[in-house]
Amino acid sequence: MRLIKLFLSVIFLLGISFNANAVTIKWLGLAQDDSAHKEDIDAAIADWEAKTGHEVKWQYMAGPDLKLKLPTMLQSDDAPHLFYSWGGGVMFDQADAGFLQDISAMVPDSYLENLSPAAADAFTYKGERVGLPNLFNQVVFWYNKDLTEKAGVDPSKVVMWNDLLEVVKDIKDAGITPICVGGKNKWPIHFYWTLLHVRNGGKAAFFDALENGGWDREEYIKSGYEFQQLVDLEPFQDGFMAVEYGDASAAFGNGECALHLMGSWDYNGAKRRSTSGEGIPDDRMGTFQFPMTENGKGNPSDTLGGINGWLVSKNAPKEAVDFLMHYISMKYQSMGAKSGAYMPIYKGAETEMGNRFFKQQALNVANSTFHSIFWDQYLGRDIGEVVNDVSVELATKDITPEEACQRVQEAWEFNQ
Amino acid sequence: MIKKNITSAFVEKYSTIIIFLVPALTLFTVFVVMPIFEAAYFSFYRWNGMGAPEKYVGFKNYAFLFKNGIFLNALKNNFWIIFVSLFIQLPFALFLALFLANNFRGAAVFRSLFFLPYILAEIVASLIWVYIYKGDYGLVGAIWGLFGADAPWITADKEWALTAILIVVVWKYFGIHMMIMISGLQGISKEVIEAAKIDGAGPVTTALRIKIPILWPTITLSIFLSTLGSLQLFDLIMPLTMGGPSNVTHSMVTYLYDFGVGRMRLGFGSAISVVIFIICFVVALIYQTTILKDKGYN
Repeated sequence: MRLIKLFLSVIFLLGISFNANAVTIKWLGLAQDDSAHKEDIDAAIADWEAKTGHEVKWQYMAGPDLKLKLPTMLQSDDAPHLFYSWGGGVMFDQADAGFLQDISAMVPDSYLENLSPAAADAFTYKGERVGLPNLFNQVVFWYNKDLTEKAGVDPSKVVMWNDLLEVVKDIKDAGITPICVGGKNKWPIHFYWTLLHVRNGGKAAFFDALENGGWDREEYIKSGYEFQQLVDLEPFQDGFMAVEYGDASAAFGNGECALHLMGSWDYNGAKRRSTSGEGIPDDRMGTFQFPMTENGKGNPSDTLGGINGWLVSKNAPKEAVDFLMHYISMKYQSMGAKSGAYMPIYKGAETEMGNRFFKQQALNVANSTFHSIFWDQYLGRDIGEVVNDVSVELATKDITPEEACQRVQEAWEFNQ
Repeated sequence: MIKKNITSAFVEKYSTIIIFLVPALTLFTVFVVMPIFEAAYFSFYRWNGMGAPEKYVGFKNYAFLFKNGIFLNALKNNFWIIFVSLFIQLPFALFLALFLANNFRGAAVFRSLFFLPYILAEIVASLIWVYIYKGDYGLVGAIWGLFGADAPWITADKEWALTAILIVVVWKYFGIHMMIMISGLQGISKEVIEAAKIDGAGPVTTALRIKIPILWPTITLSIFLSTLGSLQLFDLIMPLTMGGPSNVTHSMVTYLYDFGVGRMRLGFGSAISVVIFIICFVVALIYQTTILKDKGYN
């Protein structure tokens, strides 16, 4: 009897010690319960909790709120262990402030070899790995074939900037709104100006400006003039400055305009926001890369988009990193790819992509020599927002291309 | 012994004051006074809100602020908001109050109707107007459509966007001032009004010579609340225009939010908040020492 009591006590104590070792990982991201992305997140949590006995608490926050609240959250005792990031300047600031953890030693090379080379080091800063990439996206022109055919144009043949201008003119002449854009949010307009920078200046000019200044260089001023060539055609829908991205996305999904320059996420977004909930059928929709400019120094195949992922906060337990590697793995990346939620980072998972647009965009990024991260993210909030501001003011012709570049240069100097 | 008596008398006299004052004073100090001084301190740094501020820049944030065209425009916009509040909103509220202070049939319905916009949360009210102003599916669009014309997108137009905000400001807040004035008017002794009538004063003369002068202390309170509210205007503007198009409709506070908090320039944002605080403080001080003093409030 005594032996049985002793045995039970040992089991009980072992149980307590087992529970005491269980950790709770706080994971903060953008996926709501009804989003396509949540499916693989839920599956990864359930599998890992069953395997390890640890707990993962998912916390949702909308993107703009997350960006604003993170600095305070990361300085509190209740900081999330893992949180969503767009990388770039904001991440650099977080790392400089000591909010992030160097996880280099916890992530073996054998794991990193499985990630797309273009993205593997996107979440490193000053030689330290502070997070892992999860997905990437690209900004392309989406077009509505019904409307472009009605206008008698074939946007898939757009190669040069002048081709785009001609297509826009023809669409407008046919009485169709050429382009939808959510000017109220500003960032959708910055895609135009910064993609022109990518074409005119290329990778070398961008990193030179980042290091030494010179945001008012000739190539970038040229971008402003070219953007205003498009603006002069009045290509955007009426009242575009009072329209938010969501409404512009819905308008494209409803077939109210022929083109929409937007990231990969808008494939699902435009469908979901459309009145029918189904948007434009896939076979009546096409995409084309942002056109090349005359005498541009960039590579026509270079791309603009995001490499998004997860950062590890300084007080996160090592189990958080284990979980992150568990999540960013073939099984869940394949799920995400298959459901069309995103374009995966994990090598081989892209074969699961059933979405032909995503397949094409994955190929575009793989073929590019420079996948430029969204400028309003990469340059940090302060300079990035100036880029957004001046892009809008170029679209409304409130400033000259020279003034726009000068404003960005001044913002850069202000931060030196 | 004498000392002990003095102490106990002191405790007896001031214990209630101390018991009630200390908690309130502590809260006021922690949540109002300290943040003011902290903001003043941060305003001399370039700081993104992460970690402790380290890069001292002296008055550079202030210098940048006062040569920034968008901020100067925001100041101008605040002036217009105050102007419209004082010279359109308050007279309109007074005009309605003079009518609705009388208890005629249906007066309560009209009072409730006019007060309704004030009950709505600022964000809700603003979102309603976002849809009203839409040029395609909004009310403005529908009205223009009746005449077969394409409606203007008022909030997208740099010339009209501020006017659109001013209309919403008047609509949203005239009700509360009307109610304040009605309560003031209903406090006027009936005998005074009767005496005026007996002396041959018509409704207009009674309003101008009797009611408004008696109501003046209430009106000055409305002026004060309206002015400070206008200086702090934020949550009506954000959903309507977000300060756009091209940053032409920022108030000082939306400018602070966008260019300070939103861009993670908390040092610069602190400089803006200090300037707003000084402006509000000076306005309140002038008001207290002039208008309210004349009326014997001090």
